Amino acid sequence: MVGIVRHGGYVPRYRLDRRKIYGAMGWMDPSTGANARGEKAVANFDEDSVTMGVAAGLDCLLGMDRSKIDGLYFASTSMPYKERLNAGILTAALGMRDDVRSADFSGGLKAGTTALVAALESVQSGGARNVMVSAADCRLGRPASAEEMIFGDAAAAFVLGAEEVIAEYKGSYSITYDFGDHYRGEFAKFDRKWEDRWIRDLGYEKFVPLAVNGLLSKYGLKTSDFTTVIYDCHYPAARAKLNKILGIASDNVQVNFQEEIGQSGAAQSLVMLSAALESAKPGDKLLVVSFGSGCDALFFEVTEQINMKNACCGISGCLANRTELDSYEKYLVWRDILPADLGMRSEEDLWTRWSALWRSRREVLGLWGSRCTKCSTPQFPAQRVCTNPGCGAVDQYEDYLFSDKKGRIMSYTGDMLAASYNPPAIYGAVAFEGGGKYYFDFTDCKLEDLGTGMPVSLSFRRKYFDKRRGISGYFWKAVPVKEVK
Amino acid sequence: MADGIKDKVAIIGMGCTRFGERWDCSAEDLMVEAFVECLADAGIEKKEIQAAYLGTHFDEVNVGKAALSLAITLKLPFLPVTRVDNYCATATEAFRAAAYSVAAGAYDIVLALGVEKLKDTGYGGLPGGAGRGVKAFMEQANMTAPGMFAQLATAYSAKWGLPMDKIKDAIAHVSMKSHANGSLNPRAHLRNVVTEEQIKKAPMIAYPLGLYDCCGVSDGSAAAIVTTPEIARSLKPNQSIVKVKALQIACSSGEEEMYTDWDGAHFATTRIAASRAYAEAGVKNPREELSMTEVHDCFSITEMVTMEDLHISPKGGAYEDIMGGFYDLKGQVPCQIDGGLKCFGHPIGASGLRMIYAVYEQLLDRVPEERKVSNPRLGLTHNLGGYPWKNVAAISIIGRD
Repeated sequence: MVGIVRHGGYVPRYRLDRRKIYGAMGWMDPSTGANARGEKAVANFDEDSVTMGVAAGLDCLLGMDRSKIDGLYFASTSMPYKERLNAGILTAALGMRDDVRSADFSGGLKAGTTALVAALESVQSGGARNVMVSAADCRLGRPASAEEMIFGDAAAAFVLGAEEVIAEYKGSYSITYDFGDHYRGEFAKFDRKWEDRWIRDLGYEKFVPLAVNGLLSKYGLKTSDFTTVIYDCHYPAARAKLNKILGIASDNVQVNFQEEIGQSGAAQSLVMLSAALESAKPGDKLLVVSFGSGCDALFFEVTEQINMKNACCGISGCLANRTELDSYEKYLVWRDILPADLGMRSEEDLWTRWSALWRSRREVLGLWGSRCTKCSTPQFPAQRVCTNPGCGAVDQYEDYLFSDKKGRIMSYTGDMLAASYNPPAIYGAVAFEGGGKYYFDFTDCKLEDLGTGMPVSLSFRRKYFDKRRGISGYFWKAVPVKEVK
Repeated sequence: MADGIKDKVAIIGMGCTRFGERWDCSAEDLMVEAFVECLADAGIEKKEIQAAYLGTHFDEVNVGKAALSLAITLKLPFLPVTRVDNYCATATEAFRAAAYSVAAGAYDIVLALGVEKLKDTGYGGLPGGAGRGVKAFMEQANMTAPGMFAQLATAYSAKWGLPMDKIKDAIAHVSMKSHANGSLNPRAHLRNVVTEEQIKKAPMIAYPLGLYDCCGVSDGSAAAIVTTPEIARSLKPNQSIVKVKALQIACSSGEEEMYTDWDGAHFATTRIAASRAYAEAGVKNPREELSMTEVHDCFSITEMVTMEDLHISPKGGAYEDIMGGFYDLKGQVPCQIDGGLKCFGHPIGASGLRMIYAVYEQLLDRVPEERKVSNPRLGLTHNLGGYPWKNVAAISIIGRD
């Protein structure tokens, strides 16, 4: 049996009330008021599709031995690198083995499901035992556009394999069209689109049924066989019409989180699938349909294994961990749409020394340190001479992963002098459970919420943005965890 | 068997510029200013100097690397001149090198000069992280000096259970006292008197440190000429001789940074360097025997914690000493008698020598009555470079016979 073994999700903590966007920009195009409902999930200034893809991947891997993963496919249309494998950054951050196969799936918004099919078929063919698919998107609509409101940032990840399958893969059907509903050229920062009525009436209302009917006839099924139908379409009126066309009751349609997250690009149908799995029961049949330059339709049947507790935080957990972003302008600065003055300290040259990064790749991207094999002291960064003053053993150490450890705040501050997209720059000392200590940037938090002794977890983030060369660098930051008492 | 530096080296001349925003002066101008005063004080001719050490730190915005800037600016005739750098402890290192050169018997008369031109950066605070290595920006937290040291406060509060508002009271007193002392000193950078209320209301720089908890970022230079006690007595038969009693440096070993046992609320290096310095100088009870201290008050919280690490205040007990006026100018062991880094200013490569200058002029009774320490015999300087969790602590003790 081949199918979904684990799943995880990620939605950034910050949510922007769409009425705030409308309040700021609605004067330019009052018709966007139709979209000014609910909120959109907004990646923090130090997040992008790669970091969100890692976050979903980490959620997915909770409680699983990551050395069992043989491949990683990353899907996104907003990858930070055109050349340099984005999936390679994910495998390093996720602490995977070196002998894994990895690829970036991009272009159309159906890239997420296409990566799923590719991963499932890799496992079916026996070429891999387990393959992870992570999909994340962070698309930008131009200020005052409807897309600025409609789009939201999110990610989902799955491990596809042949053991401990929670949802068996039963088959798929794909169509591909060069349909220019949305597009971005080589140098475009913002989304462009053609007329909504054409996208809705010809795109969604023709292609989604084509894909669904293709799958139904291929496997001799009807829509009423499915417990949950998951399809990507952000137009509310078109969704109502599609439900009718496809003959599915609204109870059997997975919500698309348009009011909570927004349209999350290549991640959209995977985010919905992950959410659907959170409440799925053995025997449930799930139909997943993506949209963008065509459609993929995938069919899964949930197994008894679903009752095994999934350790992941999931889409629902992320949705609950929300903080309202207090201003639209902050969003503009975080996405570098509004070129704010960060002060002269921000103008220092951040020139990535690639040979140095290569040597330190496990330390920087994976947060690997060392543990002394003589005295068992964990230490970060890895030390050839043990840091324990009572030990001092030389070259007696083993690799030790810190990214999955919990820590506690020993000291902290909020720095108004440091150049930051979100001042004050908050950072401090984190002592890890089991030993080891490092001074991290803190993120997704407010200074007022912090205290010594507070627990933190580690999150892979964009550490710097080198404007001169147009690239991002990555490292880990500490995220304070609200303790449930 | 080595027996330390005590009484092997004497200071025969010192110079110190006015510290501050010296927009009209280059580093070279400042060097000349400090050197001219120093040479006149020593009462020797330039040609009698046999070796020199230059202390500078931020070479990117200062005089560049190497020691040639000193040799060429002062026209030192093909002397052995060496540049030393050890973060903010740089000037004490330059002094130590000069003293050791004399104590080793390699030279009779040696110059130590520290200089830093910080006000060509275009912004407040210290320059950015270029000096921290190519990998620092890839993985080091986005921190500046105030934020590094501010963490002493949150960790100290956790360690001793002292509420943050009490810490704020104590560090406000620390800064108020330094402003009071600095106001009396014509060479100090900041000469305004401020109240504790003003200090506590100032804008936040790095929680919980406000503007007045941070020292001045200044241009300046300071210099010393050292020799043997015998030569000093022959050159200065009619005045007290100021001798080096101890010079100690302790560098972090990574233990505080990476080993979980360090609490973040004290300087492990300062404690060790201080103990070694007292042993070297023969000081049994620093609280009773020291006449004054000049400590590295880059931030007010640094001073508060340091007074414990120097074994003067009991551990966890600095609050009571500070609030009780123990370190005020008229207190039992006055601290920052010239205004300290806080108000005299902090040109990195010059500060350690400036501290020694402050003690030196007191030991020789050269200061006006209003800022005089009573019956000064023995003074300690404490110069610290780096981060609370990895740093260079440099201590000197000098005294008059």
